[in-house]
Amino acid sequence: MLLIDDLHASVEGKEILKGINLQVKAGEVHAIMGPNGSGKSTLSSVIAGNEDYEVEKGTISLSGENLEDIDAEERAHKGIFLSFQYPVEIPGVTVTNFIKTAINASRKAQGLEDMPAKDMLKNIREKAALLEIDSKFLSRSLNEGFSGGEKKRNEIFQMAMLEPKLAILDETDSGLDIDALKIVANGVNKLKSKKNAVVVITHYQRLLDYIIPDFVHVLHDGKIVKSGTKELAHELEAKGYDWIKQLVD
Amino acid sequence: MELKEKLISSFMAFEEQLDLSSPVHEIRTESLKHFEENGFPSKKDEAWKYTSLAKLIKNDYSIFPKEETTIELKDVKKYFLSDIDTYKIVFIDGVYTPFLSDTTHDGIDVCLLSAALSKDKYKATITAFFNTIAKKDDNLTALNTSFTKEGAYIFIPKSVVAEKPIQILHFATGTQGPILLQPRNLIVVEENAQVQIVERHQSLVPHQIMSNSVTEIFAAKKAVIDYYKVQNDLDEASLIDNTYVAQKTKSNVSVHTFSFGGKLTRNNLNFYQKGEYIDSIMKGVTIIGDQQHVDHFTLVDHAQPNCESHQDYKGIYSDKSVGVFNGKIYVNRIAQKTNAFQKNNNILLDDTATINTKPQLEIFADDVKCSHGCTIGQLDEDALFYLRSRGIPKKEAKGLLTYAFANNVLESVKIPTLKARINKLIANKLGVNIGHDL
Repeated sequence: MLLIDDLHASVEGKEILKGINLQVKAGEVHAIMGPNGSGKSTLSSVIAGNEDYEVEKGTISLSGENLEDIDAEERAHKGIFLSFQYPVEIPGVTVTNFIKTAINASRKAQGLEDMPAKDMLKNIREKAALLEIDSKFLSRSLNEGFSGGEKKRNEIFQMAMLEPKLAILDETDSGLDIDALKIVANGVNKLKSKKNAVVVITHYQRLLDYIIPDFVHVLHDGKIVKSGTKELAHELEAKGYDWIKQLVD
Repeated sequence: MELKEKLISSFMAFEEQLDLSSPVHEIRTESLKHFEENGFPSKKDEAWKYTSLAKLIKNDYSIFPKEETTIELKDVKKYFLSDIDTYKIVFIDGVYTPFLSDTTHDGIDVCLLSAALSKDKYKATITAFFNTIAKKDDNLTALNTSFTKEGAYIFIPKSVVAEKPIQILHFATGTQGPILLQPRNLIVVEENAQVQIVERHQSLVPHQIMSNSVTEIFAAKKAVIDYYKVQNDLDEASLIDNTYVAQKTKSNVSVHTFSFGGKLTRNNLNFYQKGEYIDSIMKGVTIIGDQQHVDHFTLVDHAQPNCESHQDYKGIYSDKSVGVFNGKIYVNRIAQKTNAFQKNNNILLDDTATINTKPQLEIFADDVKCSHGCTIGQLDEDALFYLRSRGIPKKEAKGLLTYAFANNVLESVKIPTLKARINKLIANKLGVNIGHDL
């Protein structure tokens, strides 16, 4: 589904990604781990189409289609979803209104009419229940004054609503207490299917106890230096990132 | 004939229709003298550096409102807050229209200034308050004072809470060409009393309209006043709004100004704190385009200790529009423990739009907290990416962010139906199709 081939990317002239190769197939869960500054968030931003980053070399393709020159919004329409580490606050726009706007924008891009209000409401209720979100929360301004846990839960709620092919969860575990972590992970697990794929980007192994990856990749200095199965995450947790540095050196 | 000469020569004819024995007669005459000596402000005046009236005063305005212009309710209904019960004082071309109004003398006075100026029972109030805080050396205020005839008179006695909001509406038809309107409002709220007021100036036909409005607001001890100005007029209409607020101990007065339309709008908003533990709140949202011009000129006079003032003005400018914000905070030597905050944040959507922003702090006390911040910027790129990554196209995403930027000033609007109305207006102005909740 996702194929990244020799990806080099830079921001403000500084090269961050230095030749990433990654293949994610439908039905798979991949974890990308790495220390701060290794390029994890850059990778997720580049896949989602953030124009602040310059792709110098290499390609990213989704279901065989090269994503070069495709805007962030179009990538979303094609089924890419990024759960942000720091979701943006939008005062005056409720969670409900925001998700309606997003869904109808995608439908419009696909030549469909707006989703009928009744269906939208039903859909919102179902997905909110999945993430244990109550209706009061839905009429609050998007992310404004939300706790860390509420923000992340809201990200996964949006994911549930938008039903992406490929979901990238960028540090979704940061700022979450254990209860919120379980709710979020449970939501992701329920949304997982044979037709979609999940890439979990994380510093710690903790989240991977709840979202079990099929593959684990270790990112270091802009490259994937080691890949393995879920046991790699445990090994990394036990030995620390210095172990990777030593391996590379 | 130039407008100034025309005004001066019309004055005698104007006064002849009125009661010359009224104490206001003398005030009018003195004010005219000031205007005669000083004329209209020009760009040479520091306070008018960024806003020019030169073109505006070239129009050949008719000065005396024609009597008897009728309009049908259905044509103007949309300008009222009609889904809630309110008192209404409605004027058409400066003339009171009882048919559209809903005034009262039951416990509170919501009526006409002309009545208050001529009837004995109001004499004490008029003498105590009329033209006592309006700046006598302000040329446009003096001009308004000299032609004072009509406007809203609101009196809320001690410990009374007005049970519904009051709407003051000034419609202009200008059916016979350009007109100059000079409404004069007097609002007196006694100790512990409360009131909410919504004011709107609205042209109904695309003629050159110039309104030079003066409002004096008095908040006695512990009074609470919320005043909302809705400015969304036609492209040909201009407004100079001069509002003066005097506050006594522990009173709380807020003025929200929503400037979305008109050709030229100048808001002179002056707060005078005359007691302790006072809170003064001034908020504004300006969203303009084309060649529109909006100027907010504010003053807070912190004359006593332990008071607060909060200013939060947001502006969104596109095309060749021009915005001005000049905010003066004066803290007297004895006004210790003053908390004065001022924010003016602006977004320029086009390179051709202009904003001039100028904080002016004059602080003579040493134990005070004063802060001010002006920003002029574009939209936050991270926020834009967030929305686009959810599939919202760039243009809509920008609209949504601009909407969010403006919208958070609305939190302090206490009339829910007005809040929803302004919310919608902001969305429309910014082309945001944000449906209301399911």
